[in-house]
Amino acid sequence: MKSFKNKQLYQLTLTQILETIREPEVLFWGIIFPVLISIGLGLAFTQDSEAKFRIVIVENSPARLDSLLSVYALTETEKQGEVHIWKITDDALGNTEFRFLRNDWNTGIVSLKRGEADLLISDSLGAIHYHFDPHNSQSQLAYLKLSTLLESPVPLQQNSSTGVEPLKLKGVRYIDFLVPGLIAFGIMGSMMWGVSYTLIERRSQKLLRRMVATPMKKTNFIFAMMFVRILMNFIEAVIIFFAAALLFGIEIQGNIGALIFLFLAGNIAFTGIAVLVSCRTSKTEVGTGWINAVQMPMMILSGIFFSYHNFPSWSIPFIKLLPLTALTDGMRSIFNEGAGWMEILSPSIALSAFGFICFAIGMKLFKWY
Amino acid sequence: MQIEVKNIYKSFKDVHAVQGISFVIPAGEFVALLGPNGAGKTTTVEMMEGLRKPDSGEIRIQGKTWQKNEKELRKIIGLSLQETRFPEKLTCRETLRLFASFFELGSERVDEVIELTDLGSKAKSLVGTLSGGQRQRLALAVSLLNRPEILFLDEPTTGLDPHSRLDLWNILKTLKDEGNTTLILTTHYMEEAESLCDRIIIIDEGKILKEGRLEDLLNENARNLDELFIQLTGGKKLLENISIV
Ligand SMILES: Nc1ncnc2c1ncn2[C@@H]1O[C@H](COP(=O)(O)OP(=O)(O)OP(=O)(O)O)[C@@H](O)[C@H]1O
Ligand SMILES: [Mg+2]
Repeated sequence: MKSFKNKQLYQLTLTQILETIREPEVLFWGIIFPVLISIGLGLAFTQDSEAKFRIVIVENSPARLDSLLSVYALTETEKQGEVHIWKITDDALGNTEFRFLRNDWNTGIVSLKRGEADLLISDSLGAIHYHFDPHNSQSQLAYLKLSTLLESPVPLQQNSSTGVEPLKLKGVRYIDFLVPGLIAFGIMGSMMWGVSYTLIERRSQKLLRRMVATPMKKTNFIFAMMFVRILMNFIEAVIIFFAAALLFGIEIQGNIGALIFLFLAGNIAFTGIAVLVSCRTSKTEVGTGWINAVQMPMMILSGIFFSYHNFPSWSIPFIKLLPLTALTDGMRSIFNEGAGWMEILSPSIALSAFGFICFAIGMKLFKWY
Repeated sequence: MQIEVKNIYKSFKDVHAVQGISFVIPAGEFVALLGPNGAGKTTTVEMMEGLRKPDSGEIRIQGKTWQKNEKELRKIIGLSLQETRFPEKLTCRETLRLFASFFELGSERVDEVIELTDLGSKAKSLVGTLSGGQRQRLALAVSLLNRPEILFLDEPTTGLDPHSRLDLWNILKTLKDEGNTTLILTTHYMEEAESLCDRIIIIDEGKILKEGRLEDLLNENARNLDELFIQLTGGKKLLENISIV
């Protein structure tokens, strides 16, 4: 019997693993960096439990506002000047903090454009005027909250939040939204860079040509590469998940078997795309361009960092067709909505089928030498 | 006949790299393809290796063609390309082990070729740390793994110091003495063709200028290969230059 160590698939896989772990940068960018990103973003967006609004007071200070601020606000001196901070505690709606800064009109407009301020207020004949971009929902909210507040500066508990019952459910925080997205994003990045870039580089080094000049089976070569990547992606996903579970207490509410199935389907989809992208070129610069051309739109449109429902409604059906959208939505539904096999079966099949089609076309067009 | 090449042509866009080359090589013969840069040596060899398709003409290896018998032919040939960069992060031994697995060979054969190419001291070194000459030897080791019946070496000694070159020639001479291998080698070095090969094919601009055994190629105008080479490929140009001066 021949030892299995002499088998192509074993040697191809082994050498892939050795090459990966001997390149510390690959490990850093492939595994540690995404974990750090998710922890960083998670910390940045979940610690902050109060809503902050920054308001610039322009022109002569409105007398009524002035008197209110002198009663309710604390005054602090910061880099930009004197800041009046008005905090409102509300168990139902969450805490709110308004920060008032005085400035002239032009500077106020500049801070509005830079996103440093949400709202400008001015005084005209004793009435307060609000200036903001009505398309900016944060400004809109600041306006609504502030105008209500100024009308009744001491809200009675019961009337400010009548009928509001805060939900304390699992899976509604930003971190719950983010983690499944980052795992999906990690799969795409790892396949696109790991498979595409490696293939192109090996073609440019004439190594592909040297390898196919032997009886090596081409599919073994690609499968070994894919297998090693899936393994890495799996490790990465597990690390991200456990880090997030430990730090933020996120949970998988749905079926874990279904999650693994969807995860594999996502890997197949992106292997297919990666092979297709790298099937012809032997220039790494061209390859980098292609990889970015595939990744960038999906990164922006597929709702990794914020929901794609903010995009115009006509575009949403198209966005939903993107493989990364299908993968992300599916993962989120398992993590946060308790979805199981039924819900993810069709996206998983669609993703795998898409992957196989891309793979088949890629292999047909593939330039080995 | 081990190899039959019949009237092959190959063009890249506007470059006519190979324009009607034919020759036959019997089993066990060592043949050198000699010619200046851009003569078409690599293109010719790569067509024989089944890595490029000729635009027209026919290539048969042991009577078989690449289109129909690729699988069998891959098992019996060995080759080293003009430039291959093996993965930098693998050791020599791991690289050889990988390529051996393609031929369903195990570690015994790997040890043999390491011994044969004198890579023992470097077997555990990463390919990225090897010198140019050591990389060439690794490429040769890879090409010898499957005890090829036909071996193609594209400029195996370019960039080697005289000592390393001699080492490599000695390895090839051993193969020649064993008599189981047919060798096609491209080179710019006359001594290499002279000392290793039974027959020399001189190529320029995609055509065969002259071919034959060394003794038959030389005459009173060309007492050695260098003179012959200049006479065939550069002589005319040289004379033109002189007349301008
Ligand atoms: N892939 C390619 N695309 C376009 N032109 C090519 C390609 N490969 C080779 N050529 C051209 O074909 C001609 C023959 O090239 P080839 O590599 O066969 O020469 P060579 O004899 O091996 O030269 P050298 O001694 O420099 O290796 C050259 O003019 C070269 O520019
Ligand atoms: Mg060449």
